[in-house]
Amino acid sequence: MSEATANENKPVQTLEPGLKGVVADWASDQRSFKTASWGKAMMWIFLVSDTFVFGIFLLSYMTTRISTPVAWPDPSHVFGLHVFGVEVPLLLIAIMTFVLITSSGTMAMAVNFGYRRDKAKTTLMLLVTALFGATFVGMQIFEWTKLIQEGVRPWGNPFGAEQFGASFFMITGFHGTHVTIGVIFLLIVARKVWRGDFDNGRPGFFTARKGRYEVVEIMGLYWHFVDLVWVFIFAFFYLW
Amino acid sequence: MDQSETHTETHQQHPIKLYLVVWGWLFVLSIFSYMVDIIDFRGLLRWSLVVTLMMLKAGLIVAVFMHMAWERLALTYAMLVPPVLILVFVVMMIFEGGYTEWMRLVFLDKADANALAGDIGAAGY
Repeated sequence: MSEATANENKPVQTLEPGLKGVVADWASDQRSFKTASWGKAMMWIFLVSDTFVFGIFLLSYMTTRISTPVAWPDPSHVFGLHVFGVEVPLLLIAIMTFVLITSSGTMAMAVNFGYRRDKAKTTLMLLVTALFGATFVGMQIFEWTKLIQEGVRPWGNPFGAEQFGASFFMITGFHGTHVTIGVIFLLIVARKVWRGDFDNGRPGFFTARKGRYEVVEIMGLYWHFVDLVWVFIFAFFYLW
Repeated sequence: MDQSETHTETHQQHPIKLYLVVWGWLFVLSIFSYMVDIIDFRGLLRWSLVVTLMMLKAGLIVAVFMHMAWERLALTYAMLVPPVLILVFVVMMIFEGGYTEWMRLVFLDKADANALAGDIGAAGY
């Protein structure tokens, strides 16, 4: 019933031919996600595509691991650390996991403070999140350096199946890149919040759209996704 | 306290305590999955524990931290259903991987394969 009246009230649209029509059709006012803004919806769609990227990486890792007759290196031994003469399995990876989870927590706080329009606390939480992210990348660099010194290469390693190195560098490298990009964007968003861009609606870079605190939440979606991917990498690559 | 702000727009406004609780749970679940390795569970028990803890952590992050629990169902389905297709691919590659391994075992000398891996490692490229 309400649908019919809505249709009657709609102004009759003349459809543009040619290239202009292509643009007009794709830009027409139709939306599936009623409550999510375009920014949030697009970030989600990007994250789904990224899910496929990481999904396929983990899938290829699974396939190489299944198909090699040579024993796969034991991750808890390879990634173990000697602390005070005791070998602790997966120590660095465990610390990295906790650092990333903590950064996810502070990111959630930043979003919350953002919607409360608390500029100082939002900026602080974003900077803390960026700091934890940078710490994570730093520990990953340490991990890579250690393994490279031990002779792990994309084409072979002293511990077992040759494909181990290729899988490791590909998966953690791509994830580390995501974290690094995230840290850069966290700093950019932190600067915008601190400057008050989202309070006075200052036009944003490139889009010239007025800034809103929702930008912090969209940033948060990306950051939590990075944490989410790590959950899967931790389970499949380090614990399996 | 924040009720006045909640209905101005479709903002995601939840008490801080909720995030702290989820944060705590993520810590606990991570400790559990780390314990799986420390205690050194093997076989089916290890895999099922690892996957269960992983899914619980992923669920908490997506539902609460990424606010999926408060989005419209249309968005939730659009985002969570497509990745399920990866599982179809996983099943295909389990068969393919098993077949490749079988081929290697039958037609390649396993001793050669081991020696090759050892050579490259020892050479320290």
